[in-house]
Amino acid sequence: MSATTSLIPARLRSGDMARVASVGLRTRRLRAALSALGIAIGVAAIVAVLGLSSSSQAGLLSEIDRLGTNLLTVTNGQTFTGQAATLPLTAPPMIGRIDPVTEVADTGDVSTANVFRSPLIPSIDTNALTVDAASLNLLPAVGTSVAQGSYLNAATAIEPAVVLGAAAAQRLGIDHVYRGERVWLGGMWFYVIGILKPAVLAPEIDSSVLVGYTAASNYLDYTSTAPNGQTTTGPPTTIYVRAQNSQVNAVDNVLADTADPENPSYVDVSQPSAALTARADAQGAFNGLFLGLGAVALLVGAVGVANIMIISVLERRSEIGLRRALGATRGQIRAQFLSEAILLALLGGAVGVIAGALATTVYAHTKHWAVVVPTEAWAGGIASAILIGAIAGLLPAIRAARLSPTDALRTV
Amino acid sequence: MSPPTYPRTTSVPGDDQPTAVAVTGLAPTHHRNVPDSARSAALELHEVTKTYGSHPPVPALRGVSLTVYAGELVAIVGPSGSGKTTLLHIIGTLDRPSSGTVRIDGIDVAGLDDRQLAALRARSIGFVFQQFFLAEHQAALENVADGLLYAGVEVHDRREMAAQALNAVGLADHQHARPTTMSGGERQRVAIARALVGAPAIVLADEPTGNLDSHTGEQILELLQDLNKRGATIIVITHDHDLANRLHRQVHMRDGLIVSDTTTTPPHTDANSTTKDQ
Repeated sequence: MSATTSLIPARLRSGDMARVASVGLRTRRLRAALSALGIAIGVAAIVAVLGLSSSSQAGLLSEIDRLGTNLLTVTNGQTFTGQAATLPLTAPPMIGRIDPVTEVADTGDVSTANVFRSPLIPSIDTNALTVDAASLNLLPAVGTSVAQGSYLNAATAIEPAVVLGAAAAQRLGIDHVYRGERVWLGGMWFYVIGILKPAVLAPEIDSSVLVGYTAASNYLDYTSTAPNGQTTTGPPTTIYVRAQNSQVNAVDNVLADTADPENPSYVDVSQPSAALTARADAQGAFNGLFLGLGAVALLVGAVGVANIMIISVLERRSEIGLRRALGATRGQIRAQFLSEAILLALLGGAVGVIAGALATTVYAHTKHWAVVVPTEAWAGGIASAILIGAIAGLLPAIRAARLSPTDALRTV
Repeated sequence: MSPPTYPRTTSVPGDDQPTAVAVTGLAPTHHRNVPDSARSAALELHEVTKTYGSHPPVPALRGVSLTVYAGELVAIVGPSGSGKTTLLHIIGTLDRPSSGTVRIDGIDVAGLDDRQLAALRARSIGFVFQQFFLAEHQAALENVADGLLYAGVEVHDRREMAAQALNAVGLADHQHARPTTMSGGERQRVAIARALVGAPAIVLADEPTGNLDSHTGEQILELLQDLNKRGATIIVITHDHDLANRLHRQVHMRDGLIVSDTTTTPPHTDANSTTKDQ
């Protein structure tokens, strides 16, 4: 009786199991490679999409970080009657008195003037460019610098001189500051003294041509009346405020009241970096389509693996029969084919992760982004490959295990 | 570490069976001088029937009783359709009888579930097939070692025992050759080594010479006889009467019944192995 009770099938050691599970892959390499390809493509697509969007986000965020998240923008809003409100002339100096504010610069939209390459251009071809009077400390405040020439200074701010925003220069067809280069602005020639680099945090600057407040007052009639009745420069329409990083929110809360104590509701306050950060986050939303495509590729890959495994079971009947004759239990046969499918999918998944990461690395490198392959991307890719292998291999494995040894050994 | 002689029986876990008696050592055993009653039966069939299908039922075996003692070399011979393949499946525990009892190595298989049958096959039964069924991507040594894969033997011990088994079938210098580079006779030797490597109670050989030319078949037959002399219990299933007549005992089958069971002295066995069974 002890003989019967001692009849317990030996467990396959993990090394033996791995060897048995890889028999099909080792003997039919091309087929294994091709059937794993579907899963590899799916996983690669998913990893690359997630990796690229993360890398691009990281790139954008690091750009935002470099430009500083402490820029606040104050603009004139609307009155209750829906007309454009006017910021008080005192707004910039008042804001400058808020303690954590480190820099205040402002521009005034000279909406009456347009800029043209020459007087011969029809006046309706404005190129959507705006003319702005700008304070002399604008560049450090918005976080940009001159690409060519120089910015306005105390001397040029009173003369008919302009500095072109990056987009404005492009639209006017001026890519270089030559001596005597000029544009037709408000019915007279203004001399181009500089071209700016793109201002990421203040994109409205890009499509502006900037003149000094005094010049705007002298040549373009951009004036306002001071409380004491005198005519003076201004008013500002956009105020760029830099605050201490830790105090940005506090400054944000008091900006409207400080800029226009009488009508705080006429003032719009925004934080451009917040909008950009939101944009970076929103980039992920466009990935849905590509992730869906990756999932479809994975599904197709799973069907491929299932198909190959079913064929494999049919082809390897004699091997199954032999293994049963050698003493393999049904469970061991099932485990063999199931782990073969998982191994196949896992190989595909691993190749996919490597390919996806490689694609991310190459693309991010060309864009000078930091390479970010999120953990959920590669771990999810591997995990989904294993899951797919298990699901795809289950039916073939069960069929293999159900095959009776006598049927399996019958020569076809 | 390893015993000096093939086959060894000590390192197969669970192999505490009297089968060891039949297959220890290279020296010829003297069990044939022992009366049947005192010898252990490797296989006992009692009134075994097997019926396939039910509309209408097709009887393949119609009451087969057969006892094979340890150390015997038996031919089960009959034309196709005589039920010998069904008998092979039942002896090999690959299939269950419709009625009757089957005892392998003293164990009644009726009481065993599928897993226990698998364990019994792993331990007590070795198969040799007409088509060899070797894994072509594996060297001969690995093919033979796979005979112990499901018996729970460590890979190192498996290889060692496989090397001894290959040695026993005369392929000591072919350990690393792949079946694809071997002749049919060599392949069948590898398959025989795989069947023998675990020193099973019974070796079942299904038409072992069926795919071989007559000369090679002759050599395989001699190998089986030699291995039998060293103690292996071998049952050869064949339709070839000439082959069967060369073995000690021939069980003739027809229409699912044993029609004769004769024990003869093969024509060219040496004096040492001449039996007194008859």
